[in-house]
Amino acid sequence: MQKILLQAIDLTKHYTAQDTGFGSSKGKVRAVEGVSLSVKKGEVFGLVGESGCGKSSLGRVLLRLENATSGKVFFKGRDLMSLNKAELKKFRRQAQIIYQDPYSALNPRQKVGDIIAEPMNIHGMGDSLERQERVRWLLEVVGLHPDQAKHYPHEFSGGQRQRIVIARALALQPILLLADEPVSALDVSIQAQVINLLEKLRSQFELTYVFISHDLSVVEHICSRVAVMYLGRLVELSNRNEFYTNPLHPYSKALLSAVPTTDPSFRRHRIILKGDVPSPINPPTGCPFHPRCPEIQEICLKERPELKNVGANHWVACHLYGNG
Amino acid sequence: MSAPILEIIGLKTQFNTRRGILTAVDDVSFSLETGETLGVVGESGCGKSVTALSILQLLPRPMGKIAEGKIMFQGTDLAKAGLAAIRRIRGNDISMIFQEPMTSLNPVFTTGFQVMEPLRKHRGMTKSQAKKEAIKLLELVGIPEPASRIYDYPHQMSGGMRQRVMIAMALACRPKVMIADEPTTALDVTIQAQILELMKQLQREIGMTVLLITHDLGVVAETCQRVIVMYAGKIIEKAPVEELFSSPAHPYTNGLLNSLPKTGSHHALKPIPGTVPSMLQLPSGCAFQERCRFSDRKCLEDPPWIEIRQGHMVRCWRPMEHY
Repeated sequence: MQKILLQAIDLTKHYTAQDTGFGSSKGKVRAVEGVSLSVKKGEVFGLVGESGCGKSSLGRVLLRLENATSGKVFFKGRDLMSLNKAELKKFRRQAQIIYQDPYSALNPRQKVGDIIAEPMNIHGMGDSLERQERVRWLLEVVGLHPDQAKHYPHEFSGGQRQRIVIARALALQPILLLADEPVSALDVSIQAQVINLLEKLRSQFELTYVFISHDLSVVEHICSRVAVMYLGRLVELSNRNEFYTNPLHPYSKALLSAVPTTDPSFRRHRIILKGDVPSPINPPTGCPFHPRCPEIQEICLKERPELKNVGANHWVACHLYGNG
Repeated sequence: MSAPILEIIGLKTQFNTRRGILTAVDDVSFSLETGETLGVVGESGCGKSVTALSILQLLPRPMGKIAEGKIMFQGTDLAKAGLAAIRRIRGNDISMIFQEPMTSLNPVFTTGFQVMEPLRKHRGMTKSQAKKEAIKLLELVGIPEPASRIYDYPHQMSGGMRQRVMIAMALACRPKVMIADEPTTALDVTIQAQILELMKQLQREIGMTVLLITHDLGVVAETCQRVIVMYAGKIIEKAPVEELFSSPAHPYTNGLLNSLPKTGSHHALKPIPGTVPSMLQLPSGCAFQERCRFSDRKCLEDPPWIEIRQGHMVRCWRPMEHY
């Protein structure tokens, strides 16, 4: 059994909706609702879902970049919510984040070497010479030239900038990397380069990834387990192979069938969902997916299904499964 | 084969930049057959969007201009057409959908007003006629309760709904040709599936010809009959869709297909090394040579445009040997 590195228990995050100034009442955006999950050491945990499903909010709360409204997060068995400032800083060394947009993630007025050295300065790692050496080494690790430390971000292409972002995230020797749509902003040929780099680094440094993405083919390629979110809740959680060959939740099925593929032999029967994702300010009663679900039953309107184990580490929140 | 409805011959589009003249589209020629869906694929900066903008003279002025070439549509050369003439065609005979449904609609007018605009301008409808027609169009594209939705402003709609409104506007005058520039890129996959299905259905119903510009090879595989691949401003391959995916001839096309994660396979991806060269400093000869596994000295000369099978053209000195 692999050790559990990161565990969330009944995690909830609500934001207060902005008052528009036109007299509309404030509401609560229920970004994350009662999510429990555990990430094992050394795995790549995929978090998928469409825009606004709460996957990025969940990621931010998992790293305590924001405080949860309720619920707990444990990192190596310690409750993150109870950490004081000094302990939190220590935690930050071990868990780093990579964002989607490499253009806005780098300060345009800083040299690449300074960007990568900054986390080491903050955490007082080594002396100045050692840091410089480490910057050069990190650049090499991510496939850039050590001399490029003297350049500014604008001199790099999107894929190269994402490599710089990755180098910075690795500077403190973290054990957990949260990658929030790390390749979505990149062109196909560059995307493949960065995915290969992430896989190489994972085995080289024994990293654990939480990989947030809306791209199901990328997730299939890189992740060992997959969790699907819809309106702030987990609706399915399973091993990669099980999920892609035998998706259970009607939403997962529709999601997988909607991915356009270049290989006709893998084309699934397309399930076209009706309508849009409802607003997380006013989620539907019962099962959050019921207004769009092609397999709706009467019970779905009244009762929200809990995430149930339906065997072989496959969890699903749907009334179609696991009754009795 | 049916007659081409739109024919682009030797199109060259240039931009005046601070660092000199940039040729974004270089000697691009293709024809659009009546009723087909032709896909144009390529990565950012390959010139696919600029080609689309050139067709309707929508290039940013004064930096961008068509330097050479003809765009023949029903006997008129759109490249040389005056503003009044092109305005009669825009949104009427040829319409366009853009990528960003958030920024392509005017935030200060109701969506109904924006769908009515082409109807009143091109088809001379009265306000009440146009309103009736706009409601019908919104219903056609799958907007629920269109009679009340026409009073909504764009911000009151979701991304998918806004893209539907864009399509309704583009369809308003029953255009002969629709140019769709990344119509689903900003949308989620389930909404993308809805929009692509809608476009296919409408095409069957009103017999429209579609030029689909996208970077998503999966979308192309599922919607197009023929595909053009662009790299650094040039067309490098043109083929029927099944053939492009089963036997790509250009090493770049092959590399793109190898870069995609495959369903059911978890082998390491084979990316194309390096990055796209700067359009201001293209190497002589083939623009792909620096990233190509097969390049040699010959590639320093302009590669020939050869037909390797009927309807399958490639611009390469040594196309992939699949035959």
